[in-house]
Amino acid sequence: MRRWAALGVAVAVVSLAGCSGFQSVLNPEGDNAISIARLFWFFLTVCASIWIVVMAILAMSLVRARRNTAPETRDQRRMGFVIGGCVAASVIILVVFTLASFFTNKSIAAAPEDPLTVKVEAHQWWWQVTYLDKRIDHRFETANEIHVPVGRPILLQFESPDVIHSFWMPNLAGKQDVIPGRFTELTFTVEKPGIYRGQCAEFCGIEHAHMGMYVVAQEPFEFDKWRGRQIGDSVPPTNAMLRHGYMVFVSNACASCHTIRGTDAGGVVGPDLTHFGSRLSIAAGTVPNTMANLQGWIANPHGIKPYTQMPSVALAGDDLTAVSQYLESLK
Amino acid sequence: MKTRTVLDVSPLPESSFGSRTLTWWGTLAFMSLEGMGFALAIGAYIYLRVFSTHWPLNSPPPDLWPGTIVTILLVISAIPNHFMATWARAYDMRKVRAGLTLMSLLGIAPLIVRAFEFWGMRLRWDTDAYGSIVWFLLGLHTTHLLTDVGDTVVLNVLMFTRHSANPRRFSDVSDNAFYWDFVVLSWLPIYFVLYWLPRL
Amino acid sequence: MSAAPEILRDTDLAERSLEERITHIWRTPSGIIGWLSSVDHKVIGLRYIVTAFTFMGLAGVAALIMRLQLAQPNMHVVNADRYDQLFTTHGSTMMFLFAVPVMEAFAVYFVPLMIGTRNVAFPRLNAFGYWVYLFGCIMLWASLFSNSGPDVGWFAYVPLSRGYGVGHRPDVWAQMITYTELAALAVAVEIVATVFKMRCPGMTLDRIPIFVWGGLVLAFMVLFAMPAVMVSSTMLILDRLVNTHFFDVSLGGDALLWQHLFWFFGHPEVYIIFLPGTAMISTMLPAFTRRPVFGYMAVVLSLAATAFFSFGLWVHHMFVTGLPRLGESFFTASSMAIAVPTGAQIFCWIATIWDGRPRFATPFLFICGFIFTFVIGGLTGVMVASVPLDTQVHDTYFVVAHFHYVLIGGAVFPLIGAVYYWFPKFTGRMLSETLGRWNFWFAFIGFQIAFFPMHILGLEGMPRRVYTYTPEMPWGGLNLISTIGAFIFATSFVLLLINVAKSLRSGVLAGDNPWNAETLEWATTSPPLPQNFTRIPVVSSRAPLWSGDDTFPVIAGMRADKREVLLTTLTEAEPDIRESSPGPSIWPLIAALTTGFTLLWSIYTPWAIVYGALPVAVSLIGWFWPKGTKEDES
Ligand code: HEA
Ligand code: HEA
Ligand code: HEC
Ligand code: CUA
Ligand SMILES: [Cu+2]
Repeated sequence: MRRWAALGVAVAVVSLAGCSGFQSVLNPEGDNAISIARLFWFFLTVCASIWIVVMAILAMSLVRARRNTAPETRDQRRMGFVIGGCVAASVIILVVFTLASFFTNKSIAAAPEDPLTVKVEAHQWWWQVTYLDKRIDHRFETANEIHVPVGRPILLQFESPDVIHSFWMPNLAGKQDVIPGRFTELTFTVEKPGIYRGQCAEFCGIEHAHMGMYVVAQEPFEFDKWRGRQIGDSVPPTNAMLRHGYMVFVSNACASCHTIRGTDAGGVVGPDLTHFGSRLSIAAGTVPNTMANLQGWIANPHGIKPYTQMPSVALAGDDLTAVSQYLESLK
Repeated sequence: MKTRTVLDVSPLPESSFGSRTLTWWGTLAFMSLEGMGFALAIGAYIYLRVFSTHWPLNSPPPDLWPGTIVTILLVISAIPNHFMATWARAYDMRKVRAGLTLMSLLGIAPLIVRAFEFWGMRLRWDTDAYGSIVWFLLGLHTTHLLTDVGDTVVLNVLMFTRHSANPRRFSDVSDNAFYWDFVVLSWLPIYFVLYWLPRL
Repeated sequence: MSAAPEILRDTDLAERSLEERITHIWRTPSGIIGWLSSVDHKVIGLRYIVTAFTFMGLAGVAALIMRLQLAQPNMHVVNADRYDQLFTTHGSTMMFLFAVPVMEAFAVYFVPLMIGTRNVAFPRLNAFGYWVYLFGCIMLWASLFSNSGPDVGWFAYVPLSRGYGVGHRPDVWAQMITYTELAALAVAVEIVATVFKMRCPGMTLDRIPIFVWGGLVLAFMVLFAMPAVMVSSTMLILDRLVNTHFFDVSLGGDALLWQHLFWFFGHPEVYIIFLPGTAMISTMLPAFTRRPVFGYMAVVLSLAATAFFSFGLWVHHMFVTGLPRLGESFFTASSMAIAVPTGAQIFCWIATIWDGRPRFATPFLFICGFIFTFVIGGLTGVMVASVPLDTQVHDTYFVVAHFHYVLIGGAVFPLIGAVYYWFPKFTGRMLSETLGRWNFWFAFIGFQIAFFPMHILGLEGMPRRVYTYTPEMPWGGLNLISTIGAFIFATSFVLLLINVAKSLRSGVLAGDNPWNAETLEWATTSPPLPQNFTRIPVVSSRAPLWSGDDTFPVIAGMRADKREVLLTTLTEAEPDIRESSPGPSIWPLIAALTTGFTLLWSIYTPWAIVYGALPVAVSLIGWFWPKGTKEDES
């Protein structure tokens, strides 16, 4: 038993210390996630110690008991006291745990002043992102990707038109369910520039596995540059190929589902593609946004995301390349 | 293993009434789980009310009369029900038969008025969440009413057959009365929730 | 009233002929009809156990397929549609068709034996319960095999299950709930009445075996928890069938109402599974440490306290739904509090071992494996009980790890131990110890390899219920390890199967009390005669079989010409009434079939309830109408 205990803990520590990543609880870069991580290591240490102690006593009793000859009934009262002591100790530890999580909870729930407010609408199975602003003409929409300035509090306001989803950026903050008919929100501040990945955490149907998204944390000036570009309309096609691509887009079903600001494409079923070329991924973090992937996606979305809501639209080979080039040109 | 007799149970009776019998405890157990069901359904009603801006959503409060009549009928029926239980304990066949017949009728009467109660809700189960929950509560209680009346009628018939000559039957009768009390009691909070909460 | 003269009592007969006669009266009639009409709690208990394990096996195989699919990124063992059906059926089966029923089954089998009576309180209700349960099992798995298995998770959150499910899949789930709840409630009612009124003379409250306390606690939790899921699943069916709007946000309904109702049941549910497991530990431990369990009172009180607390924890499954933070903190506190009684039990068991002389037989190995594993699961439970921590690990593999540690460590390990412990009582033969040891080590090591990595996966950001993941995620390695572990663990069940098959034929003959245990089930033959006890025993201590004297105190004066049980008073267990106990009947099966088909049909049309009402009513009347047997007539 003791051998096992030792091994178990060894495995635990090594593997926990070992892991890091852009979708991990264990290398937090947001204030919210950082304080939770601190709490986590505290809980882990205490619980691991408790477990080791309990196992040690069990092991001792097994070894000792082997030697027992006659069933002892002398020290019953003493054992009673020992157990009482253990229970008391447990109570104390649990009170400490409760208080610790209570105060952490308060700190992360605190309302921020002058946050950057972003509306996030969860769909089966992609994220619609709307940057709110007092000036209507400064509002803009994108998908599956949130850019934020480091150091400034972010306030995400969630909505869901279909089922329950859950917004989760492990490196930045704890998760928050997105529930139809309920208003929920989440605040955090990113400490370090970088690209963080997250994923829908509440089972929301058949493509729940492919509902990822990115948070891109930038220095404030870079963020403002990006924001400036996003507010503007799409860049008009500059050469024949792109113009052809544009024509393909608007003359096919595409336009009935997708919006490209500054063009006739005004569909609202799918993601806004106005600046699609500037995004990291296709189909909610399913594949990287490359020319090849894009062509593959448009030709046959279900080949990349089997149950996606986007239908495959029959396009001639050169139409396909053209429309893909056009979309990639939308930086 | 060799045994030694330490106790003779032959003088003990072979049947009895109330909490000395198994059926009574079975009935009590069923009551508590059904009572729990009622409580949760009422909880759901209150929950929906709390989370909606106005209540009853877009409908007028239900018509008081049918529900009130049912309530009165049920409360009245509790009295003969009580007597029937005491007659059963006295093994008084004639009175028990009369009592059962009366109780069957007193069970059917509220069932008839109950039909008008659904009507008096002034909306359908598929109108909105309010309609759903009131029909649910009414339906839940109606099933209990229905099953117990059914049980009473069957027992009533049974008591007119040769099987009636059996102390066990009288125990059944008193358990049946016991359950009827539950049907009556469980209705009162539901009546309050359905008819008076929307008016508060 | 009943004609006095031709009464026959056990005192009128010699020992031998008495046993034959009573056995004849209590036996299950021969022939297929007889087999289907059995109301013997042992027969039904065993049917429950075998059925539960069969479906556990199937659900386990489903899990193995899931593990293969997850072993590496972008695998194509099954597609998303299949995967969703698999994990839903796996979870639903394990919780509703295996864990809870198997615990009830052990109670149905052993409670009457341990309290020294001849059958459960309502034998026909018991039979009815089993048939309905079987109906539910078959329906769920038939629909899985016909590609219409539920695919919305074992807690079927709305709105997904309300309006987004494929075809009738969510209805299948909801109706399966109805069947198993019916069965569970039936068992609960029986156990309560049995334990309260049928304990043998002298078995006062403080002499009730802990396993029986466990059964009683289980029964009470079922009585008060199951109605919640009954109500919610009924609402779901109504929403889907006759379009009510309980969960329809657009018309005044609410999505979280479902979660509150479900978890008000769902949390107690997990202790319904766990507490009988602990009761098994407390019952087996004395036999292997050769001393009574330390702190009987403490253990019994912990059982009660845990059961009571568990009704105030449900919100800890809803920490990220955006409920008021302060309210949530209350549920953190209550969730932590529940660790205290559980801890007390663990400490008492260790004290028992400390003070005893353990015999390292297979059941004892599983007891040790239980403590080792469950404490890990319990501690991760305490971690997820903290709101901030839970906002990170909720709905990730960390939680999957938590609940497999507590479910398998806390319920399945004791259960397998119990199978080794009581197999001789079931069959009269011992299971092989050598195979038993292999079984244990495969189970123990395989389990840790399969489920420990899941903690880390969860922290590395792997959500649960994903049918695959992209290669850019660093999850492949640990998932592969976990899959390998799962197969090692599964092997342990194959070993168990082999062991059972071999021992049934060639196992060592057990005798009445192979473990030299203390409780009454060991006072009768293995396997027990249909009547359990030819003469009802009388007890004067908590450990009647350790009293030391060679003759066994019993009562006389029971009738020997019909099925009769002895009712005793609630607290002091003084003899009170000799009631007759119903004999075999085919009607429970008929009633189960009529109700079963009515409910199944109602998935397709609400009118089924109306049409079905008549046959159901008829079968119930047929059930209760006296048949003129001796049992009926007096
Ligand atoms: C056998 C079943 C079982 C048992 C016994 C438990 C026991 C506990 N569980 Fe668990 N739980 C489940 C089955 C079980 N659970 C399941 C199935 C789910 C998931 C459902 C789903 O989402 O699918 C779940 C989910 C779950 C959640 C929700 C997680 C989430 O979805 O985000 C939480 C949160 O609080 C929780 C907490 C606890 C706690 C505090 C205990 C405590 O009872 C543990 C107490 C025991 C100990 C603590 C160890 C022994 C004690 C000592 C050695 C004393 C010293 C200890 C200390 C001082 C800390 N459980
Ligand atoms: C008592 C409950 C219980 C038990 C014992 C198990 C046992 C196992 N579970 Fe399960 N599990 C749950 C309860 C349980 N589980 C629940 C409630 C969920 C949540 C579902 C949801 O999210 O809705 C879940 C979810 C779940 C998941 C997460 C799925 C997801 O979120 O995507 C995984 C993934 O690895 C998993 C794996 C396993 C494995 C490998 C086993 C292994 O222990 C299985 C061991 C193998 C066997 C038991 C089969 C071998 C037996 C034989 C070969 C015998 C012969 C066969 C016959 C007789 C037919 N389980
Ligand atoms: C019926 C509506 C519909 C039509 C028609 C449609 N799409 Fe889509 N599209 C969607 C939806 C919904 C998504 C989101 C899919 C997902 O992520 O699961 C999407 C996603 C996309 C994306 C990826 C966006 C991102 O940020 O991930 C691109 C690019 C795209 N569509 C291009 C096209 C093109 C080009 C056409 C026409 C040939 C087209 N779509 C036709 C609905 C549609
Ligand atoms: Cu959206 Cu899971
Ligand atoms: Cu819980």
